[in-house]
Amino acid sequence: MRLIAALSLLVALLFLVSLSLGPAEVGSLRGLQALLFGGDGPLPIVMREIRLPRAILGLLIGGGLGLAGAALQGYLRNPLAEPQLIGVSGMGALGAVIAIQTGLSTAFALGLPLAALAGAALGVAALMALAGPRGGSVTLILAGVAIASLAGAGIALVLNLSPNPYAAAEIMFWLMGSLADRSMSHVWLALPLMVLGSALVLATGRALDALTLGEQAAAALGVSPARLRWQLVAGVALIVGPATAVAGAIGFVGLVVPHILRPWVGARPSRLLPASALGGAAMLLAADIAVRLIVPERDLKLGVLTAIVGAPLFLHLIWKTRAGGRL
Amino acid sequence: MRGCVRISDAIRGAAAVLVAAAMPAFADGSPTPSGEPAPRRVVSMNLCLDQIAMRLAAPGQLLSVSALTADPDMSPLADRTAPYRLNHGRAEEIYLMRPDLVIAGSWISPATLSMMRNLGIRVEVLPPADSLEAIGEQIDRIGDMLGREDQAQWLRRDFESRLAALRQPPERGEAAIYYANGYTSGGKTLAGAILRAAGYDNIATEYGIDDTRVLPLEKLVMADPDRVVSGSHMPGRSQGEAIMAHPALIAVAPDARAETDRDWVCGTPDVLDAIAGLE
Repeated sequence: MRLIAALSLLVALLFLVSLSLGPAEVGSLRGLQALLFGGDGPLPIVMREIRLPRAILGLLIGGGLGLAGAALQGYLRNPLAEPQLIGVSGMGALGAVIAIQTGLSTAFALGLPLAALAGAALGVAALMALAGPRGGSVTLILAGVAIASLAGAGIALVLNLSPNPYAAAEIMFWLMGSLADRSMSHVWLALPLMVLGSALVLATGRALDALTLGEQAAAALGVSPARLRWQLVAGVALIVGPATAVAGAIGFVGLVVPHILRPWVGARPSRLLPASALGGAAMLLAADIAVRLIVPERDLKLGVLTAIVGAPLFLHLIWKTRAGGRL
Repeated sequence: MRGCVRISDAIRGAAAVLVAAAMPAFADGSPTPSGEPAPRRVVSMNLCLDQIAMRLAAPGQLLSVSALTADPDMSPLADRTAPYRLNHGRAEEIYLMRPDLVIAGSWISPATLSMMRNLGIRVEVLPPADSLEAIGEQIDRIGDMLGREDQAQWLRRDFESRLAALRQPPERGEAAIYYANGYTSGGKTLAGAILRAAGYDNIATEYGIDDTRVLPLEKLVMADPDRVVSGSHMPGRSQGEAIMAHPALIAVAPDARAETDRDWVCGTPDVLDAIAGLE
């Protein structure tokens, strides 16, 4: 409980910092006042239409990715499982790109997040089918690399086939992710589906706890493997798909956060899930603050920062696997 | 109908023969200022230079223009490209046309440029006309290259007199130009010059921007301009263009929105239509 309280405080603090940070130099207090109470002039527009959606999406998407990572790792019992590394985010991005380029996203309101959701669901289902609940790290990573590569190639192909001259330059956005200049409409596209997905995933906590005792023990405790699997596929896809549709594929959040928090919660998935959600929100908000501080003039992609933090940790985990550590 | 087509084809064929026959006389009769005979097989491979060359060249003198010039989203002369072959800026296709002059913009890829020069093709590289003053000079330069000084002089005078007629605009307040990916154009760009000529102060200038570069959406909104001129939408879809529909941008001066179009793209006499379009 102390951990949850501390993480909540950290997230709230980072959320406020995110709101007070931007190219237009306005005092934090004046900005917050304009955000809450409106007023004349352009400042309320800046706060409500530009900074608020960015901060909300950082919170929402970071939280979702942290949660999805912790759930996948709990289910596959493998700390290398992470939405982007195993291609689920990439497949979500591919679905989003196809929806945008075919005009599905403009044809009806939920076309974009639903297409991304379908892509992510396909990715996570394919992964579970390939790696299986007892698949080793190598199988998991190989399957993930294959799915992620195919998704990346699909994104590049679709964007290069587009008649739009700007489309091909957006490969980086889809593969690395960014929250720059998102609007409240993006929040409304992603929020409902992501909340639904989070509820589904959080509800698996007890079953994942039981699974740590082994599959037979879990079955004896009344956990239905098929039901758990589908609940996770749907939940993860509902989180990762819409998140990717509005912010691109942001990697490593779902890897780093559960790994750091696991010792604090006694390695119990049911306690790790909410803690990872908060930790993920804090990590993504911090990364999004950092991209605005490092090169404010440019749209540095979020994936650059999360990978700088996450890739060494990933290597460390691989190293432990090779050394015969328990994974 | 088919008969008609055949007849008109026959007429066009006959005309081409006549033009071809007339060409040497024309070319020999009007040497360029450097004393060389005027080029007879000219290929232009830049959208903006194409449009000036098309207005100046003698019949049959200009063989080919770039494919972009046939794109009605980009080029006001798109419906007049039928007589020309369209090139895609590749050295091979241009070499096969056996040009004696290639006109290229300074965006040409260095590899293509050196390839064509190695093949012995005369390539003239011209910088873009990025101010209203530069348009007249560009017209003269291309006129000289083509040996069409008289046409160039006429076109320049016509453009400059129409420009002078527009030149005393009322002060209309502040405006911002906003393109895909959050780019804006300052005073030393063609778009900036169009804005100024229409009587607007450019908010990019307030932020010390005189070229084309990124202006964060927040800063644009904080400047609270009276008018937002957003970039035109290209066919297909992209995230980069989505920023032009951002609710914060729409909330700024919602009643006075404008879009750039093909008249804004190039430094040619068509910028007069762009200026008039803002009024």
